[in-house]
Parts: sequence; structure tokens; C-alpha cells
Amino acid sequence: MAAEPTLPKCPTGIKGLDEITGGGLPLGRPTLICGAAGCGKTLMAMEFIVRGATEFNEPGVFMSFEERPDELAQNVRSLGFDLDCLVEQKKLAMCYVRVERSEIEETGEYDLEGLFIRLNTAIDSVGAKRVALDTIESLFSGLGNDTILRAELRRLFQWLKTKGVTAVITGERGDSSLTRQGLEEYVSDCVILLDHRAKEQLSTRRLRIVKYRGSTHGTNEYPFLIDETGIDVLPITSMGLTHQVSSERVSMGVPDLDDMLGGGLYRGSSVLFSGTAGTGKTTVAATFLEAACRRGERSIYFSFEESQSQTIRNMRSVGLELQPAVNADLLRFHAMRPTQHGLEMHLATIFRLVRDFQPKFVVLDPVTGLLTGGNDGEVSSMLVRLLDYMKGTGITCLFTALNSGGNQIEQSDVGISSLIDTWLLMRDIELNGERNRGIYVLKSRGTAHSNQIREFLLTNEGIRLRPAYLGLNGVLTGSARLAQENRDTAEAAVRRQEIARRQRELEREQNLFEARLAALKSEFAAKVDEIQRGLGELQQSESTLEDNQRDMAESRKVAEADLPIQK
Amino acid sequence: MPNPEDAPKKWELRLYVAGQTQKSVKAFSNLKKFCEEHLPGEYHIEVIDLLVQPQLADGDQIVAIPTLVRKLPEPIRKIIGDLSNTERVMVGLDLRPVAPKNVEDSSRAT
Repeated sequence: MAAEPTLPKCPTGIKGLDEITGGGLPLGRPTLICGAAGCGKTLMAMEFIVRGATEFNEPGVFMSFEERPDELAQNVRSLGFDLDCLVEQKKLAMCYVRVERSEIEETGEYDLEGLFIRLNTAIDSVGAKRVALDTIESLFSGLGNDTILRAELRRLFQWLKTKGVTAVITGERGDSSLTRQGLEEYVSDCVILLDHRAKEQLSTRRLRIVKYRGSTHGTNEYPFLIDETGIDVLPITSMGLTHQVSSERVSMGVPDLDDMLGGGLYRGSSVLFSGTAGTGKTTVAATFLEAACRRGERSIYFSFEESQSQTIRNMRSVGLELQPAVNADLLRFHAMRPTQHGLEMHLATIFRLVRDFQPKFVVLDPVTGLLTGGNDGEVSSMLVRLLDYMKGTGITCLFTALNSGGNQIEQSDVGISSLIDTWLLMRDIELNGERNRGIYVLKSRGTAHSNQIREFLLTNEGIRLRPAYLGLNGVLTGSARLAQENRDTAEAAVRRQEIARRQRELEREQNLFEARLAALKSEFAAKVDEIQRGLGELQQSESTLEDNQRDMAESRKVAEADLPIQK
Repeated sequence: MPNPEDAPKKWELRLYVAGQTQKSVKAFSNLKKFCEEHLPGEYHIEVIDLLVQPQLADGDQIVAIPTLVRKLPEPIRKIIGDLSNTERVMVGLDLRPVAPKNVEDSSRAT
């Protein structure tokens, strides 16, 4: 938070309050905490003192005008504050002031010096830096003279300032003013208003800083919780559109789905997954988280419909084992009914868990369940704040939304479509007496995403996406697609057989040709052989004849020239 | 004080003050006058200056100064202010505006 060089602050140690006030309460000045009965004034004052003593080493004095110290100690023990121990360690002084009107008679002038002296004694006894006065207005019911009281209170607050202690004064809320006795007139440095409202049977605690002189502060109403660790203020407001973005892609756990989105989700983006009942929204959400846990990244699953064990059991049926991630404390479940709290409280709870666990992924399943806790406008304003917070902290979040069916599928009920980055839509395709699921990307900012409707299958091994069959009659899914595929397969088989047959025919022809060629060749060879043989015989007889003639000529002594034809 | 210190008195009164302020002084003189008038010889006044003994303020739940505490007779009653209104002091001390002698055994009947 911005440094305030002019106004030193005193950290309260109350979660969230220091953020809103920019560092704490004004140091050395009184702060007024006002609100109706039962809204946590005493507790806030007490926590301020106790945190000061335990965390900031600043001893404190708690001056109580209503509850006895032992009652107080008992009340705050459930929050882990051990007052007796702090008193023993001289870090805390409890001071109980009881003014009983019935036993007091007033005559003439008086002042509250006795109170001053007691407070002073208590402050000095522990060297207190912090003082709480709860509820000083009780004096007005105990003592009759308002004029004196007002003058004395003014003096008291001045005196506290000169004493240099940071004081917290509680005051009951009045009809037309912040406090019944108008204490805000005297304590003008910082006024915190607490409120506890119930709307439609759901209550929400809120805190607002009405004024903080000399300092900037959050001006909104902030919800706060009182739980086993004390007060928890949740600084949730719209953070605006200034968050940094990442271009890193993260897988949704289903490779096909990542393909459809052009490679996965951007880290820190928000996904809305909407569909009618029973379309597998929870399964997608669980797959998404399971993938995150396998990468070793933390996630929180906020469920508004199913309990943790039910979700784990159901996911097991599609081959998704979430229990190991839960055991390894990578995955946390938070199951609550939407009607359990008001919207603000839900938001506060979500914030607190997210802040404490620091997850990378968050699922709200289904976000439309929150509609029962508020009207559309409230839900969407809550979601804006939630989304802004998630984006501001770089958390990738997935919301599922239950569509009521009908034709308005593309109109998300809570009107958050413009806020989210990626919108996956699950669509029922009813055809041929079947109901099948088609999934498509309605929008995805900044990605080259698929425009296809794919068939969404839940198998024993998880989610599978199949390209839907695009036939003449449009998209075919389910058994119609299977039938068409079978027909295709049969036709293909026939074609393959025909090709094989033709090939065999060709082969046969070839063989026939080869055989004929071989026969011709051998016939030819035989003929050649025969002719040559005849020729040889003829030549043989020819040469035999010549020899005979030569022999005869030799025997007759015929002149060479007279010899018959030479060869 | 006119009576010896050790004798137990019917009226044990304690006046808390913070220093010698105008109001304190006035309260003490008013008280003394009142006691002399209505409870002669029956009272004992103890003045406690909280500036000197601040730790004594808790015991009697002192808020306002000056405060007169009636320790005896019981129950404890307190009167704050400078005790300038005698009638209110009588109501505060639960004294009936009758002869002082009759007060003895009717202290808490009202």
C-alpha cells in the first residue's frame, strides 16, 4: 500500500483490515468502531488489542463497560485468544468499569477523573500502546448528566491523544446517527462502521470505513467473517482491467479439447462451460483440475451441488482418480449449499480460501447455483469481482453453468458471457431416439479455435471427443453416426475386394501371356533344331558325295581341271 | 473528626477525590456539614486521594470524582458530585428526613 509519510499508522493485525486502511488505524489517535448489536464491535476491539500484544509487541488495555473480564476471556477463547495468559505476561491489562445507575445518586458537579486515573493506572501498569474502550456509551445510561459526560468524553479523547496510545472506541449504532450518543463528533480521525444484515434469511457481515482523516482508504462495503481465527475482512472490489496477462497455454486435461482451443487455455483466463443438466460439466471440471494436479499445481474445487466424497466417487466411474491429489494437498474441495450464506459471504469464503491456499486453478461448479442466493444483478456483480480478483492473481478459473434448456442456450443465465474469455458450450443433439452430446467453442479470446461441433463421449477412460460425422443430413452423432460409419466401412470393403479381383485378373493375364510366350519359344527352338538337323544331313551327304568323287577321280587319274564341281 | 478513630461507627463513609480540586474541597465540606447535622457521632469519613492511591479506584468502581461511597450500613451506595444538594444526599445515603436517632434500625427498609 502507498506509504503515508504524514500519517503514521498502527497495524491492527486483523486480516484484510490493514489493506483497506492502507496500513492500519491512525497511530496515537482514537478510532471509533460503531455498529448495531451483535455485529462484532467488541471482538474487533479485542482482536486489535490481542494482535497488538501477540504480533506487534505492543501491550494493550481493554477497558470494558459491559462485560466482565472473565466473561470476555471466555468469549474469545474460542477464537484462540488466551487473555489470562496475556495478562500474566503483562501484555494486557483488563479493566472492568461498572456503573450501576440504581446505586448512584448525583448531586452537583462532578467529573470523570476517576475513569482517567483508572485508565492511566492500567496503561502504566503494562506500558500500553493500545487501548480499547468497550462500550463507553454505557456511561450515558449509568450517569445522568449528559452535559458533563460529553465534556468529559471530549477531554478523554484528547487525553488519549496526548498519552500517545492508539485507541479503539466502540459505540452502539443510533437511529439517525452513527452512534447513539454521537460519539463520532468527538472521535473524528477514523470511523469504522460494522453492519450485520440479513436478506432472505441469509446474513452477511459488512464493514465500511466511513471516514479516515488524512489517509486514503477503501470506501466500499467489505464483507467480513468471524471464524475460528478471528475477524477476516475481505478486500474485494472491482480491480479494474489493468491485470497482466500470460501467453502461456495450459492444458484442460483433454488433448482433443486443447486442440479445439488451438493449444489449450491461456493461463489466468476464465472459462465458462455451460450445458443443460447431465452434459458432463462436472466431469470436464474434474478433468481440468486433475490435469492441474498432475502437473503439481494447486487447485480448489468449489462445489455447490455435490459433496467431496460424492464427486470423487462419481469421477472414479470415468477413470478419474481425485483422491491422491486430495491426499497430497494439491486439490481442495469446498462444498457448500448456495443457500448456506448470502452471496457476499460466498464470495468472502471463496476469497479467503483462495488467499490462504494460493491455488493456480479454481473451479466453481455450478456458478448458476448461486442464483438461488441472490438475483441476477447481484450474482453478476459478484462474479465480476471474483473474476477480477482471479485475473489479478493469475488464477485460471473454470465456471460451469447449468442452462435451463430451451432455445436460449447461448444466453448464459447470469449474464457473465462478456466477462469470460473462453466459452465452451455443450449441446444436446437429439436424433433417432437418442440423446447425444456435442461440444463446441462458442468463443475463445485470442485463440485460433475450432468451429467444429464435436461429439463428446464419456468413457471409462475419461473424456473423448470425436469429430462429428458430417453427412448429407447434417451432423450425425451416436448410433446414427455409427451406422453411417458401418455403411462406409462396408462400401470400402467392397471397393477393396473389387480392386483385389482386378489385380488378380491382371496377374492371370500376365501369367497366360508368359506361358504362351514360353510355348512359342520352345516350338520355335524345336523347329530351328529340326531344320538344322536336316541341313546337317544334307551337308553330310553332300560332302560324302564329294569325297566319293574325289576318290574316284584319284583312282582314275583325272586331271585336276576335269574334276567336277568344286564346293 | 470529632470521634475517636478506633470506635466502630454505624456510618462508614468513604470520599474519593483526585487532588485538592475545588469540587473535592467543596464535597468534603458539604459532607462534613451534612454528617454533623444528621449523623452526629455516628459516622466516620475516610478520604482517599486517587492521585496518591490510584489502585484503590478499581475496588469501588470509581468513575466520577468526587464520589462518596457508603460502605456501612450495607448495601453499598454511591453519591457522585459535590454533595451540594442535601436532599439528594439524604436519598443517596438512604436517610429519612426524620430525627437522626430513629435511623438506626431502619436503614434498608425502603
